[in-house]
Amino acid sequence: MRGRRVVITGMGALSPYGEGASVMMRGLRDGVCALRSLQEHGIDGLHCGVAGIVPRLDAKRVPRESRRTMSPMSLHACFAVREALFQAGLDPDAPLPGAGVAMGSTIGSPEVLQEFFSAYLRDKSVDGMRGTVFFKVMSHTVAANVALAFGCARRVLAPAAACASGLMAVGLGYEAVASGREDLMICGGADEFHLLTAATFERLGAASLEQEPRLASRPFDTARQGLVCSEGAGALVLESLERAGARGAEILAEIKGFAMLSTPANIAHPSAEAIETCMREALDDALLRPQDIGYVNAHATATEWGDIAEGRAVAGLFGDAVPVSSLKGHMGHAMAASGALELISCIEMLRTSVYIPTYGLETPDARCGALRHPQASFAVTGKAILKNSFALGGSNCSLVLDHCCQ
Amino acid sequence: MQEKEIKDIVDAALADEFELDRASLVDDAHIREDLGLDSLDIVDLVIVIENAFNFKLEDRSKLAGIQTLGDLYRFIRDIYEHKSFVEK
Repeated sequence: MRGRRVVITGMGALSPYGEGASVMMRGLRDGVCALRSLQEHGIDGLHCGVAGIVPRLDAKRVPRESRRTMSPMSLHACFAVREALFQAGLDPDAPLPGAGVAMGSTIGSPEVLQEFFSAYLRDKSVDGMRGTVFFKVMSHTVAANVALAFGCARRVLAPAAACASGLMAVGLGYEAVASGREDLMICGGADEFHLLTAATFERLGAASLEQEPRLASRPFDTARQGLVCSEGAGALVLESLERAGARGAEILAEIKGFAMLSTPANIAHPSAEAIETCMREALDDALLRPQDIGYVNAHATATEWGDIAEGRAVAGLFGDAVPVSSLKGHMGHAMAASGALELISCIEMLRTSVYIPTYGLETPDARCGALRHPQASFAVTGKAILKNSFALGGSNCSLVLDHCCQ
Repeated sequence: MQEKEIKDIVDAALADEFELDRASLVDDAHIREDLGLDSLDIVDLVIVIENAFNFKLEDRSKLAGIQTLGDLYRFIRDIYEHKSFVEK
Protein backbone atom coordinates (compact mmCIF):
# COMPACT_ATOMS: atom_id res chain seq x y z
CA MET A 1 0.00 0.00 0.00
CA ARG A 2 1.34 3.37 -0.89
CA GLY A 3 1.34 5.35 2.29
CA ARG A 4 2.95 5.32 5.67
CA ARG A 5 5.04 2.33 6.68
CA VAL A 6 3.32 0.14 9.26
CA VAL A 7 5.19 -1.85 11.87
CA ILE A 8 4.30 -4.33 14.57
CA THR A 9 5.55 -3.50 18.04
CA GLY A 10 3.65 -5.90 20.25
CA MET A 11 1.99 -9.28 20.16
CA GLY A 12 0.09 -11.48 22.56
CA ALA A 13 -1.27 -14.99 22.27
CA LEU A 14 -3.62 -17.29 24.09
CA SER A 15 -3.46 -20.60 22.29
CA PRO A 16 -4.13 -24.27 23.02
CA TYR A 17 -0.51 -24.34 24.20
CA GLY A 18 -1.34 -21.87 26.96
CA GLU A 19 -0.94 -18.21 27.70
CA GLY A 20 1.77 -16.20 26.01
CA ALA A 21 3.38 -15.95 22.60
CA SER A 22 6.57 -17.53 23.95
CA VAL A 23 4.65 -20.55 25.26
CA MET A 24 3.06 -21.03 21.84
CA MET A 25 6.40 -20.69 20.05
CA ARG A 26 8.08 -23.20 22.34
CA GLY A 27 5.34 -25.73 21.61
CA LEU A 28 5.54 -25.12 17.88
CA ARG A 29 9.33 -25.32 17.76
CA ASP A 30 9.39 -28.45 19.90
CA GLY A 31 6.92 -30.10 17.55
CA VAL A 32 4.35 -30.65 20.29
CA CYS A 33 0.74 -31.24 19.32
CA ALA A 34 -1.52 -29.00 21.45
CA LEU A 35 -4.72 -30.84 20.54
CA ARG A 36 -6.44 -33.10 23.03
CA SER A 37 -9.35 -35.46 23.39
CA LEU A 38 -12.69 -33.93 24.24
CA GLN A 39 -14.77 -35.23 27.09
CA GLU A 40 -17.62 -37.43 25.95
CA HIS A 41 -20.27 -34.97 24.72
CA GLY A 42 -23.10 -37.37 24.05
CA ILE A 43 -24.47 -35.31 21.15
CA ASP A 44 -26.26 -37.55 18.71
CA GLY A 45 -24.78 -37.36 15.24
CA LEU A 46 -21.64 -35.50 16.34
CA HIS A 47 -18.49 -37.57 16.12
CA CYS A 48 -15.80 -34.96 16.75
CA GLY A 49 -13.55 -36.10 19.58
CA VAL A 50 -10.54 -33.78 19.41
CA ALA A 51 -10.11 -30.03 19.87
CA GLY A 52 -7.60 -27.38 20.82
CA ILE A 53 -8.70 -25.88 24.13
CA VAL A 54 -7.02 -23.02 25.95
CA PRO A 55 -6.34 -23.38 29.67
CA ARG A 56 -8.93 -21.94 32.04
CA LEU A 57 -7.62 -18.57 33.18
CA ASP A 58 -8.80 -16.45 36.07
CA ALA A 59 -11.44 -14.23 34.48
CA LYS A 60 -11.25 -11.87 37.45
CA ARG A 61 -7.99 -10.55 36.06
CA VAL A 62 -10.33 -8.41 33.95
CA PRO A 63 -12.22 -5.87 36.09
CA ARG A 64 -15.91 -6.66 36.55
CA GLU A 65 -17.07 -3.46 34.85
CA SER A 66 -15.45 -4.68 31.65
CA ARG A 67 -15.89 -8.41 32.21
CA ARG A 68 -19.67 -8.35 32.72
CA THR A 69 -20.26 -8.00 28.98
CA MET A 70 -17.63 -10.51 27.93
CA SER A 71 -18.05 -14.09 26.84
CA PRO A 72 -14.99 -16.37 26.83
CA MET A 73 -13.87 -15.10 23.41
CA SER A 74 -13.61 -11.51 24.62
CA LEU A 75 -11.78 -12.63 27.74
CA HIS A 76 -9.36 -14.55 25.53
CA ALA A 77 -8.82 -11.39 23.52
CA CYS A 78 -8.19 -9.26 26.60
CA PHE A 79 -5.48 -11.60 27.86
CA ALA A 80 -3.76 -11.49 24.46
CA VAL A 81 -4.13 -7.72 24.09
CA ARG A 82 -2.68 -7.12 27.51
CA GLU A 83 0.42 -9.12 26.61
CA ALA A 84 0.71 -7.31 23.27
CA LEU A 85 0.46 -3.86 24.84
CA PHE A 86 3.00 -4.77 27.48
CA GLN A 87 5.46 -5.94 24.85
CA ALA A 88 4.87 -2.75 22.87
CA GLY A 89 5.85 -0.73 25.91
CA LEU A 90 2.32 0.62 26.36
CA ASP A 91 0.69 0.57 29.78
CA PRO A 92 -2.23 -1.88 29.59
CA ASP A 93 -3.73 -0.34 32.73
CA ALA A 94 -3.90 3.19 31.33
CA PRO A 95 -6.58 4.24 28.82
CA LEU A 96 -5.41 4.37 25.21
CA PRO A 97 -7.64 7.06 23.66
CA GLY A 98 -5.38 7.28 20.62
CA ALA A 99 -5.75 3.60 19.75
CA GLY A 100 -8.20 1.93 17.43
CA VAL A 101 -9.23 -1.71 17.48
CA ALA A 102 -9.70 -4.19 14.66
CA MET A 103 -10.56 -7.62 16.03
CA GLY A 104 -12.84 -10.27 14.67
CA SER A 105 -14.59 -13.44 15.73
CA THR A 106 -16.52 -15.93 13.64
CA ILE A 107 -19.81 -15.17 15.41
CA GLY A 108 -20.93 -13.82 18.77
CA SER A 109 -20.61 -16.18 21.69
CA PRO A 110 -22.24 -19.54 20.90
CA GLU A 111 -22.06 -20.43 24.60
CA VAL A 112 -24.14 -17.40 25.57
CA LEU A 113 -26.56 -17.96 22.69
CA GLN A 114 -27.06 -21.53 23.87
CA GLU A 115 -27.66 -20.36 27.42
CA PHE A 116 -30.21 -17.76 26.30
CA PHE A 117 -32.12 -19.93 23.89
CA SER A 118 -32.21 -22.88 26.28
CA ALA A 119 -34.09 -20.75 28.82
CA TYR A 120 -36.14 -18.93 26.18
CA LEU A 121 -37.41 -22.11 24.55
CA ARG A 122 -37.94 -23.90 27.85
CA ASP A 123 -39.81 -21.09 29.62
CA LYS A 124 -41.26 -19.27 26.61
CA SER A 125 -40.11 -16.12 28.39
CA VAL A 126 -37.43 -13.46 28.32
CA ASP A 127 -37.96 -12.50 31.97
CA GLY A 128 -34.66 -14.04 32.98
CA MET A 129 -32.68 -12.41 30.19
CA ARG A 130 -29.87 -10.28 31.53
CA GLY A 131 -29.08 -6.90 30.09
CA THR A 132 -25.55 -8.04 29.30
CA VAL A 133 -26.52 -10.86 26.93
CA PHE A 134 -26.56 -8.78 23.77
CA PHE A 135 -23.05 -7.47 24.36
CA LYS A 136 -21.75 -11.03 24.39
CA VAL A 137 -23.44 -12.15 21.20
CA MET A 138 -23.29 -9.06 18.98
CA SER A 139 -21.14 -9.36 15.88
CA HIS A 140 -18.49 -6.96 17.15
CA THR A 141 -18.42 -8.30 20.68
CA VAL A 142 -14.65 -8.90 20.76
CA ALA A 143 -13.64 -5.57 19.24
CA ALA A 144 -16.10 -3.55 21.31
CA ASN A 145 -15.17 -5.25 24.56
CA VAL A 146 -11.45 -4.83 23.90
CA ALA A 147 -11.99 -1.14 23.14
CA LEU A 148 -13.91 -0.78 26.39
CA ALA A 149 -11.40 -2.69 28.50
CA PHE A 150 -8.38 -0.76 27.24
CA GLY A 151 -9.97 2.65 26.73
CA CYS A 152 -9.45 2.75 22.97
CA ALA A 153 -11.34 5.72 21.54
CA ARG A 154 -10.46 5.57 17.85
CA ARG A 155 -12.15 3.44 15.18
CA VAL A 156 -13.43 0.00 16.14
CA LEU A 157 -13.56 -2.51 13.31
CA ALA A 158 -14.90 -6.04 13.58
CA PRO A 159 -14.55 -7.87 10.30
CA ALA A 160 -17.00 -10.73 10.11
CA ALA A 161 -15.20 -13.06 7.76
CA ALA A 162 -15.36 -16.34 9.67
CA CYS A 163 -11.95 -18.02 9.73
CA ALA A 164 -10.27 -15.13 7.87
CA SER A 165 -11.46 -12.56 10.41
CA GLY A 166 -8.20 -12.41 12.35
CA LEU A 167 -5.91 -11.76 9.40
CA MET A 168 -8.47 -9.48 7.80
CA ALA A 169 -8.53 -7.44 11.00
CA VAL A 170 -4.76 -7.05 10.86
CA GLY A 171 -5.04 -6.04 7.22
CA LEU A 172 -7.70 -3.45 7.99
CA GLY A 173 -5.55 -2.10 10.81
CA TYR A 174 -2.60 -1.92 8.45
CA GLU A 175 -4.64 0.01 5.89
CA ALA A 176 -5.93 2.41 8.54
CA VAL A 177 -2.41 3.23 9.73
CA ALA A 178 -0.84 3.29 6.25
CA SER A 179 -3.49 5.72 5.02
CA GLY A 180 -2.80 8.04 7.93
CA ARG A 181 -6.30 7.66 9.34
CA GLU A 182 -4.99 6.04 12.50
CA ASP A 183 -1.66 6.02 14.31
CA LEU A 184 -2.12 3.02 16.53
CA MET A 185 -4.28 -0.06 16.04
CA ILE A 186 -4.78 -3.13 18.20
CA CYS A 187 -5.57 -5.96 15.82
CA GLY A 188 -6.27 -9.66 15.76
CA GLY A 189 -8.95 -12.23 16.37
CA ALA A 190 -10.48 -14.39 19.05
CA ASP A 191 -12.82 -17.31 19.37
CA GLU A 192 -14.19 -19.80 21.85
CA PHE A 193 -14.67 -23.48 21.20
CA HIS A 194 -18.23 -24.76 21.02
CA LEU A 195 -19.62 -28.02 19.75
CA LEU A 196 -21.83 -26.03 17.35
CA THR A 197 -18.67 -24.95 15.51
CA ALA A 198 -17.40 -28.50 15.30
CA ALA A 199 -20.82 -29.69 14.19
CA THR A 200 -20.92 -27.06 11.44
CA PHE A 201 -17.76 -28.37 9.86
CA GLU A 202 -18.75 -31.97 10.44
CA ARG A 203 -22.03 -31.38 8.59
CA LEU A 204 -20.09 -29.86 5.71
CA GLY A 205 -17.84 -32.90 5.60
CA ALA A 206 -14.86 -30.74 6.50
CA ALA A 207 -14.12 -31.93 10.06
CA SER A 208 -11.66 -34.58 11.13
CA LEU A 209 -13.30 -37.52 12.86
CA GLU A 210 -9.96 -38.96 13.98
CA GLN A 211 -10.04 -39.57 17.73
CA GLU A 212 -6.27 -39.61 18.29
CA PRO A 213 -5.17 -35.98 18.78
CA ARG A 214 -1.74 -36.39 17.21
CA LEU A 215 -3.28 -37.77 14.02
CA ALA A 216 -6.36 -35.59 13.87
CA SER A 217 -5.14 -32.51 11.97
CA ARG A 218 -2.77 -33.23 9.09
CA PRO A 219 -2.64 -30.41 6.55
CA PHE A 220 -1.56 -31.36 3.02
CA ASP A 221 -1.23 -35.06 3.94
CA THR A 222 -2.90 -37.76 1.88
CA ALA A 223 -4.34 -39.12 5.14
CA ARG A 224 -5.93 -35.85 6.21
CA GLN A 225 -9.55 -36.07 7.24
CA GLY A 226 -10.48 -32.47 7.81
CA LEU A 227 -9.98 -29.70 10.31
CA VAL A 228 -9.92 -29.77 14.08
CA CYS A 229 -11.56 -26.82 15.84
CA SER A 230 -9.68 -24.96 18.49
CA GLU A 231 -9.91 -21.63 20.27
CA GLY A 232 -7.81 -18.76 21.52
CA ALA A 233 -6.84 -15.21 20.71
CA GLY A 234 -4.03 -13.41 18.98
CA ALA A 235 -3.39 -9.69 19.27
CA LEU A 236 -0.91 -7.41 17.55
CA VAL A 237 -0.05 -3.75 18.07
CA LEU A 238 0.31 -1.90 14.77
CA GLU A 239 1.61 1.63 14.46
CA SER A 240 3.29 3.88 11.99
CA LEU A 241 7.03 3.57 11.69
CA GLU A 242 7.33 7.23 12.63
CA ARG A 243 5.33 6.79 15.81
CA ALA A 244 7.19 3.66 16.86
CA GLY A 245 10.53 5.34 16.18
CA ALA A 246 9.57 8.49 18.02
CA ARG A 247 8.76 6.62 21.19
CA GLY A 248 11.71 4.26 20.90
CA ALA A 249 9.61 1.12 20.60
CA GLU A 250 11.20 -2.15 19.56
CA ILE A 251 10.00 -3.01 16.07
CA LEU A 252 9.22 -6.69 15.64
CA ALA A 253 8.36 -6.68 11.93
CA GLU A 254 6.92 -4.57 9.16
CA ILE A 255 3.73 -5.26 7.27
CA LYS A 256 4.70 -4.71 3.66
CA GLY A 257 1.49 -5.55 1.89
CA PHE A 258 -2.01 -6.89 2.17
CA ALA A 259 -4.81 -8.00 -0.12
CA MET A 260 -8.30 -9.34 0.35
CA LEU A 261 -10.83 -10.44 -2.18
CA SER A 262 -13.86 -12.64 -2.58
CA THR A 263 -14.63 -15.91 -4.32
CA PRO A 264 -18.18 -15.37 -5.49
CA ALA A 265 -18.41 -18.67 -7.38
CA ASN A 266 -19.22 -20.85 -4.38
CA ILE A 267 -19.91 -20.00 -0.75
CA ALA A 268 -18.29 -23.16 0.60
CA HIS A 269 -15.58 -24.09 -1.88
CA PRO A 270 -12.33 -22.15 -2.25
CA SER A 271 -10.91 -21.22 -5.60
CA ALA A 272 -7.24 -21.69 -6.49
CA GLU A 273 -7.49 -18.88 -9.01
CA ALA A 274 -8.86 -16.43 -6.46
CA ILE A 275 -6.24 -17.43 -3.90
CA GLU A 276 -3.42 -16.98 -6.39
CA THR A 277 -4.80 -13.56 -7.34
CA CYS A 278 -5.02 -12.61 -3.69
CA MET A 279 -1.39 -13.58 -3.02
CA ARG A 280 -0.26 -11.77 -6.17
CA GLU A 281 -2.10 -8.62 -5.15
CA ALA A 282 -0.51 -8.75 -1.69
CA LEU A 283 2.90 -8.98 -3.34
CA ASP A 284 2.04 -6.06 -5.62
CA ASP A 285 0.97 -4.07 -2.62
CA ALA A 286 4.31 -4.86 -1.00
CA LEU A 287 6.21 -3.98 -4.19
CA LEU A 288 7.77 -7.44 -4.02
CA ARG A 289 8.11 -10.34 -6.45
CA PRO A 290 7.50 -14.03 -5.77
CA GLN A 291 11.25 -14.62 -5.51
CA ASP A 292 11.40 -12.15 -2.61
CA ILE A 293 9.29 -14.50 -0.48
CA GLY A 294 11.19 -17.04 1.58
CA TYR A 295 8.27 -18.80 3.25
CA VAL A 296 4.53 -19.18 2.84
CA ASN A 297 2.48 -19.75 5.96
CA ALA A 298 -0.54 -21.53 4.59
CA HIS A 299 -4.09 -21.32 5.83
CA ALA A 300 -4.29 -25.09 5.07
CA THR A 301 -6.80 -26.49 7.54
CA ALA A 302 -6.45 -30.12 6.41
CA THR A 303 -9.71 -30.13 4.47
CA GLU A 304 -9.90 -31.97 1.19
CA TRP A 305 -10.69 -29.02 -1.06
CA GLY A 306 -9.11 -26.19 0.89
CA ASP A 307 -5.64 -27.70 0.89
CA ILE A 308 -5.85 -28.54 -2.79
CA ALA A 309 -6.97 -25.05 -3.81
CA GLU A 310 -4.36 -23.29 -1.71
CA GLY A 311 -1.61 -25.73 -2.62
CA ARG A 312 -2.25 -25.30 -6.32
CA ALA A 313 -2.36 -21.54 -5.96
CA VAL A 314 0.95 -21.47 -4.07
CA ALA A 315 2.53 -23.81 -6.59
CA GLY A 316 1.21 -21.65 -9.40
CA LEU A 317 2.77 -18.51 -8.00
CA PHE A 318 5.92 -19.78 -6.34
CA GLY A 319 6.52 -23.17 -7.93
CA ASP A 320 8.40 -25.48 -5.58
CA ALA A 321 11.02 -22.88 -4.71
CA VAL A 322 9.45 -21.56 -1.53
CA PRO A 323 8.94 -23.64 1.62
CA VAL A 324 5.34 -23.91 2.77
CA SER A 325 3.87 -25.04 6.05
CA SER A 326 0.66 -24.90 8.03
CA LEU A 327 0.53 -24.64 11.81
CA LYS A 328 -2.89 -26.23 12.11
CA GLY A 329 -1.43 -29.68 12.60
CA HIS A 330 0.10 -28.40 15.83
CA MET A 331 -2.81 -26.47 17.28
CA GLY A 332 -5.85 -27.01 15.09
CA HIS A 333 -7.93 -24.30 13.57
CA ALA A 334 -8.56 -21.50 16.06
CA MET A 335 -11.12 -19.95 13.72
CA ALA A 336 -10.95 -16.14 13.85
CA ALA A 337 -7.94 -16.36 16.13
CA SER A 338 -6.00 -18.54 13.71
CA GLY A 339 -4.79 -15.81 11.37
CA ALA A 340 -3.51 -13.68 14.23
CA LEU A 341 -1.90 -16.57 16.12
CA GLU A 342 -0.19 -17.81 12.97
CA LEU A 343 0.94 -14.31 12.06
CA ILE A 344 2.54 -14.00 15.49
CA SER A 345 4.30 -17.30 14.81
CA CYS A 346 5.48 -15.90 11.47
CA ILE A 347 6.94 -12.85 13.18
CA GLU A 348 8.90 -15.09 15.53
CA MET A 349 10.07 -17.24 12.61
CA LEU A 350 11.17 -14.09 10.80
CA ARG A 351 13.06 -12.85 13.86
CA THR A 352 14.79 -16.13 14.66
CA SER A 353 15.21 -17.44 11.09
CA VAL A 354 14.01 -20.81 12.42
CA TYR A 355 10.98 -21.98 10.49
CA ILE A 356 8.47 -24.62 11.50
CA PRO A 357 7.29 -27.49 9.30
CA THR A 358 3.74 -28.87 9.14
CA TYR A 359 2.99 -31.18 12.05
CA GLY A 360 1.65 -34.55 10.98
CA LEU A 361 2.61 -34.21 7.33
CA GLU A 362 4.21 -37.46 6.19
CA THR A 363 2.94 -38.08 2.67
CA PRO A 364 2.10 -34.89 0.81
CA ASP A 365 -1.01 -35.09 -1.34
CA ALA A 366 0.15 -34.61 -4.92
CA ARG A 367 -3.19 -33.01 -5.76
CA CYS A 368 -2.10 -30.03 -3.65
CA GLY A 369 0.53 -29.21 -6.26
CA ALA A 370 4.27 -29.62 -6.31
CA LEU A 371 5.09 -27.77 -3.13
CA ARG A 372 8.20 -27.66 -1.03
CA HIS A 373 7.19 -29.16 2.31
CA PRO A 374 10.11 -29.16 4.76
CA GLN A 375 10.02 -32.18 7.07
CA ALA A 376 12.03 -30.55 9.84
CA SER A 377 12.79 -27.06 11.12
CA PHE A 378 14.56 -25.05 8.49
CA ALA A 379 16.34 -21.74 8.09
CA VAL A 380 15.43 -18.82 5.84
CA THR A 381 17.27 -15.54 5.83
CA GLY A 382 16.86 -12.27 4.03
CA LYS A 383 13.42 -12.90 2.63
CA ALA A 384 9.85 -11.94 3.40
CA ILE A 385 6.94 -14.09 4.54
CA LEU A 386 3.53 -14.42 2.94
CA LYS A 387 0.68 -15.42 5.25
CA ASN A 388 -2.71 -16.64 4.02
CA SER A 389 -6.12 -16.91 5.67
CA PHE A 390 -9.33 -17.97 3.97
CA ALA A 391 -12.90 -18.53 5.05
CA LEU A 392 -16.21 -20.07 4.26
CA GLY A 393 -18.22 -17.42 2.51
CA GLY A 394 -15.47 -16.81 -0.01
CA SER A 395 -13.14 -14.48 1.92
CA ASN A 396 -9.47 -14.60 1.00
CA CYS A 397 -6.69 -12.65 2.71
CA SER A 398 -2.93 -12.55 2.15
CA LEU A 399 -0.44 -10.47 4.08
CA VAL A 400 3.27 -9.88 3.46
CA LEU A 401 5.58 -9.52 6.44
CA ASP A 402 9.25 -8.59 6.52
CA HIS A 403 12.01 -7.26 8.71
CA CYS A 404 11.83 -3.52 9.13
CA CYS A 405 14.86 -1.97 7.46
CA GLN A 406 15.02 1.73 8.27
CA MET B 1 -39.80 -13.21 56.09
CA GLN B 2 -37.74 -11.54 58.83
CA GLU B 3 -35.88 -8.33 58.06
CA LYS B 4 -32.50 -9.85 58.90
CA GLU B 5 -33.12 -12.77 56.61
CA ILE B 6 -34.05 -10.41 53.77
CA LYS B 7 -30.93 -8.39 54.37
CA ASP B 8 -28.70 -11.45 54.43
CA ILE B 9 -30.12 -12.77 51.16
CA VAL B 10 -29.87 -9.39 49.40
CA ASP B 11 -26.33 -8.77 50.64
CA ALA B 12 -25.13 -12.22 49.63
CA ALA B 13 -26.69 -11.90 46.18
CA LEU B 14 -25.29 -8.43 45.53
CA ALA B 15 -21.84 -9.27 46.85
CA ASP B 16 -21.70 -12.32 44.63
CA GLU B 17 -23.17 -10.83 41.46
CA PHE B 18 -21.53 -7.42 41.54
CA GLU B 19 -18.41 -8.46 43.47
CA LEU B 20 -19.05 -5.93 46.21
CA ASP B 21 -17.29 -5.75 49.53
CA ARG B 22 -19.76 -6.89 52.21
CA ALA B 23 -18.62 -3.99 54.39
CA SER B 24 -19.97 -1.55 51.80
CA LEU B 25 -23.47 -3.02 52.03
CA VAL B 26 -25.06 -0.70 54.56
CA ASP B 27 -28.60 0.67 54.68
CA ASP B 28 -27.77 4.15 53.46
CA ALA B 29 -25.45 3.01 50.66
CA HIS B 30 -26.64 4.61 47.45
CA ILE B 31 -26.93 1.88 44.83
CA ARG B 32 -25.49 3.95 41.99
CA GLU B 33 -23.18 6.42 43.69
CA ASP B 34 -21.82 4.34 46.57
CA LEU B 35 -22.02 0.80 45.20
CA GLY B 36 -21.12 1.90 41.68
CA LEU B 37 -23.88 0.07 39.86
CA ASP B 38 -24.90 1.63 36.56
CA SER B 39 -28.00 1.30 34.39
CA LEU B 40 -26.81 -2.00 32.91
CA ASP B 41 -26.31 -3.42 36.39
CA ILE B 42 -29.73 -2.19 37.49
CA VAL B 43 -31.32 -4.25 34.69
CA ASP B 44 -29.61 -7.33 36.07
CA LEU B 45 -30.34 -6.36 39.68
CA VAL B 46 -34.00 -7.23 39.15
CA ILE B 47 -33.11 -10.70 37.95
CA VAL B 48 -30.56 -11.17 40.71
CA ILE B 49 -33.16 -10.31 43.35
CA GLU B 50 -35.80 -12.53 41.78
CA ASN B 51 -33.40 -15.44 41.62
CA ALA B 52 -32.20 -14.90 45.17
CA PHE B 53 -35.74 -14.98 46.58
CA ASN B 54 -37.03 -17.45 44.03
CA PHE B 55 -39.96 -15.27 43.08
CA LYS B 56 -41.11 -13.17 40.19
CA LEU B 57 -42.16 -9.59 40.88
CA GLU B 58 -45.68 -8.69 39.82
CA ASP B 59 -44.52 -5.22 38.87
CA ARG B 60 -40.82 -4.78 38.14
CA SER B 61 -41.24 -1.07 37.44
CA LYS B 62 -41.54 -0.34 41.16
CA LEU B 63 -37.85 -1.14 41.52
CA ALA B 64 -37.04 1.94 39.47
CA GLY B 65 -37.61 4.28 42.40
CA ILE B 66 -35.15 2.54 44.68
CA GLN B 67 -32.16 4.68 45.60
CA THR B 68 -30.44 3.05 48.55
CA LEU B 69 -29.86 -0.44 49.84
CA GLY B 70 -32.24 0.36 52.69
CA ASP B 71 -34.91 1.15 50.10
CA LEU B 72 -34.28 -2.23 48.54
CA TYR B 73 -34.61 -4.08 51.86
CA ARG B 74 -37.89 -2.25 52.55
CA PHE B 75 -39.13 -2.92 49.03
CA ILE B 76 -38.66 -6.66 49.48
CA ARG B 77 -40.23 -6.59 52.96
CA ASP B 78 -43.27 -4.88 51.41
CA ILE B 79 -43.34 -7.44 48.64
CA TYR B 80 -43.65 -10.18 51.21
CA GLU B 81 -46.16 -8.24 53.31
CA HIS B 82 -48.43 -7.67 50.35
CA LYS B 83 -47.56 -10.94 48.64
CA SER B 84 -47.03 -8.99 45.43
CA PHE B 85 -44.97 -11.68 43.82
CA VAL B 86 -45.38 -14.98 42.07
CA GLU B 87 -43.41 -17.93 43.31
CA LYS B 88 -41.15 -19.44 40.69
